[in-house]
Amino acid sequence: MVGEAVSGREEVLSRLRAAVAGGSAPVPVPRAYRREGPIDLDLLVQRLTDYRARVHRVPEADVADTIAGILPTSATVVVPPQLPPAWLPATVTARTDDGLDNARIAAADGVVTAAAVAVVETGTVVLDGSPDQGRRVLSLLPDLHICVVRAAQVVAGVPQALARLAPHRPLTWISGPSATSDIELNRVEGVHGPRTLHVILLP
Amino acid sequence: MTRTFLGMPATAPQGVGQLRGEQSFPAAARQALADAQLRRNLGHATATIRAKSGAVIAEAPDWEELRAAGAAIKTDVLARLPELLEQLEARVTAAGGVVHWAADANEANRIVTDLVRATGSDRVIKVKSMATQEIGLNEALDAAGIIAVETDLAELIVQLGDDRPSHILVPAIHRNRAEIREIFLRAMPDVDPALTDEPAALAAAARRFLRQTFLTTPVAVSGANFAVAETGTLAVVESEGNGRMCLTLPETLITVMGVEKVVPTWRDLEVFLQLLPRASTGERMNPYTSMWTGVTPGDGPQAFHLVLLDNGRSAVLADEVGRQALHCIRCSACLNVCPVYERVGGHAYGSVYPGPIGAVLSPQLTGVADNASLPYASSLCGACYDACPVKINIPELLVHLRDQAPHPRAESAAMAAAAYTMDHPALYAAAQRATRLSRWAGRRGRGLPPPLSGWTAGRDLPEPPAETFREWWAKR
Amino acid sequence: MRIALFVTCLADTMFPEAAKATVRLLERLGHEVVFPEGQTCCGQMHVNTGYQAQAMPLVRRHVRTFDPYDVIVAPSGSCVGSVRHQHALVARRGGDERLASRAESVAGRTYELSELLVDVLGVTDVGAYFPHRVTYHPTCHSLRMLRVGDRPLRLLREVRGLDLVQLPAAEQCCGFGGTFAVKNADTSTAMLADKMRHVLATGADVCAAGDVSCLMHIGGGLSRLRTGVRTVHLAEILAATEAGGGPERRDELVVRT
Ligand code: SF4
Repeated sequence: MVGEAVSGREEVLSRLRAAVAGGSAPVPVPRAYRREGPIDLDLLVQRLTDYRARVHRVPEADVADTIAGILPTSATVVVPPQLPPAWLPATVTARTDDGLDNARIAAADGVVTAAAVAVVETGTVVLDGSPDQGRRVLSLLPDLHICVVRAAQVVAGVPQALARLAPHRPLTWISGPSATSDIELNRVEGVHGPRTLHVILLP
Repeated sequence: MTRTFLGMPATAPQGVGQLRGEQSFPAAARQALADAQLRRNLGHATATIRAKSGAVIAEAPDWEELRAAGAAIKTDVLARLPELLEQLEARVTAAGGVVHWAADANEANRIVTDLVRATGSDRVIKVKSMATQEIGLNEALDAAGIIAVETDLAELIVQLGDDRPSHILVPAIHRNRAEIREIFLRAMPDVDPALTDEPAALAAAARRFLRQTFLTTPVAVSGANFAVAETGTLAVVESEGNGRMCLTLPETLITVMGVEKVVPTWRDLEVFLQLLPRASTGERMNPYTSMWTGVTPGDGPQAFHLVLLDNGRSAVLADEVGRQALHCIRCSACLNVCPVYERVGGHAYGSVYPGPIGAVLSPQLTGVADNASLPYASSLCGACYDACPVKINIPELLVHLRDQAPHPRAESAAMAAAAYTMDHPALYAAAQRATRLSRWAGRRGRGLPPPLSGWTAGRDLPEPPAETFREWWAKR
Repeated sequence: MRIALFVTCLADTMFPEAAKATVRLLERLGHEVVFPEGQTCCGQMHVNTGYQAQAMPLVRRHVRTFDPYDVIVAPSGSCVGSVRHQHALVARRGGDERLASRAESVAGRTYELSELLVDVLGVTDVGAYFPHRVTYHPTCHSLRMLRVGDRPLRLLREVRGLDLVQLPAAEQCCGFGGTFAVKNADTSTAMLADKMRHVLATGADVCAAGDVSCLMHIGGGLSRLRTGVRTVHLAEILAATEAGGGPERRDELVVRT
């Protein structure tokens, strides 16, 4: 077959086919690891706090007050198109994302979003780009992120989280504020992502 | 793009990329061992990460079950890699991405360079990726007049310091905070001259330095930790948010991924997203994980290219024993527990893949002859195998590769003679007596001849006993 | 019980005290020890250096020699590790499936000394007396290939007069690694330096282990620096009694510089 001109695709695939030489039966995967666990909200708070997220447990009616307590008066926040309006206090200026440019988003003092899922064991919140969470850039450029999580969105572990998420949506798993371990392998908070993360946990 | 069809598994080509060192491991190690600062930095960093990782692994009661599942998924992936890649290609394409196949480093570099040129940009932002280091992408882009800006803090430290990476996860592990401060003061434009060596201050300096670059560069190049064949989803696991910046802000995203990174199903991520952070940074979960499938209208890059890279992997796959090296999820746990790595650091391995996994994977990718000293860069203590979240039996692989390595002629002769002697008990007993003769033959006080002089350079040898065990037994 | 001694080539040739102590200990516990004469070397050095084909006759010889015995013991975690994890592999790669399965059978009957004592013979107090401050280096192959766990420590804790002190970073390799010590002598020595630092930090006068190879390495370093700390095989400590005296001492340590 030498001399036949084909694409890189055929080249790579035929190399790999030759390498596995026929054997292509699926290998059984033992899944004896935990796939169920208690949804322990206290543990979630502890795990979030452990990685320096600040957690507020309040009833939904108090979200606006809580946010007012976090942000200075007349701060500017960017918000996704369908964030519940009742969450926003009158003390801040909210800019709804209707295609805001990056400079405007970066200039905001903070961003408020909802979440898709939160994971107890790892202290993680996941955003999936739904209209109450918005485009990925929204929760990326501002230095402060306030994420509102409903107890019904909380799952025990990673397997349960994946089972709830839709793969085709752009997903961002967030476990604490931006951090690095690159200096002497110690975790230091605050590099490129938001340096402050508040999680408001609703009952 | 066409090429001559050969279609047989092949190793990574010479003259491109960073898989081959300039000197042998023992020679490079000798220099590294003399660097007191390096050894102090490495000892401190690896001890820190071992303790952190150990603590979060102890929290997971099903760690062993997760490891078993991870290893089995990878075994499955390798057994049917071609079909999984075709499935991945179909899903990514259906979701609006474009898939490219690169047989080796040269092809991958050409594909990426052409894609960047087509955007008209002369600059790309990069999120840390072992695959692009392996193929020497930055050098190839540079040759084409394109600047590649590394955005990972450790990569930035390496790039600004005109240095080489020395660890999979923390490429600047060999630098301490004081050295990092010096590098920033020297090489970072517009840096605050009052910069301290507080890690938070150093991180903030990087944040300021890169912000404008993130906002203005239209093309990003990334690697991928996982790609799901079933859904076409790519995943990048990171800490700092530079990955999110690269994956979100530019108009064009180019992801270069070794073919072995594919996993069959969405559900398989539940195993690796638990294994990877605990084994690598010693966290329950890393700060950020991004997942995307093709292109999402109105959110993130609107052009997505996935480059699937062979560059020697087909040759690794063809070796049924050696194949398990392709399980690697680049967590670097094996480096952190390796007593050899801890003392010599990453540069001594001469490849972008250092430590125990590098000692096997580099020679596998290049062919053993091109990295002949690496399979011997281990005392076979087995700590790497215990630490590996996907259960790669690295000691077994090392021994397997040693068997393929070119052997010095004198050593081959000695080994053959020893085997022959030991298979003939009478000769063996005679050889034992000869050993003892050295008691009286005036060897006392002298070193052994090379290569055995390596032993007596640092250690005494005991006097052979007056009587071997079997002589004693015969007299009983 | 009738127990076949797999002496290992290094103990036979260079460290017979460890092997003799194994015999004395097992006989004192009321067992019969036999020494199959045809044994030489398990071939580990060949396998680990990259000469698997040359190891084949040695594996064949080992299997042939020990196949007739129900219980086999070696005073070496490393050599038992080779028997258990390498012999069948070498045979199989050499295309001899029959040898491979016989090797597996022999491996299933082969024990490292602490395994034999604790698991097979069910003793931890072997009636030993050793009035010294001792620290124990677990050796990589006992620890990670055989998973002997705390068996050696349980045995040592029962020894009368013995003051057992914990070795810091005990699980770290001493840097021996067979031909590694020669091919990568500098790195090996750097690892040894740290191991010695930890041994000295314990204030022990004896460093014990279950492998003469690691002891040769550690002892060679301790001797070179004239630290005054001795290396002694676990078997020698367990064989020592008040009546029978302690381990044999070599007349002198030879310095080869
Ligand atoms: S070989 Fe295993 S431990 Fe080492 S980097 Fe790869 S996955 Fe991690």
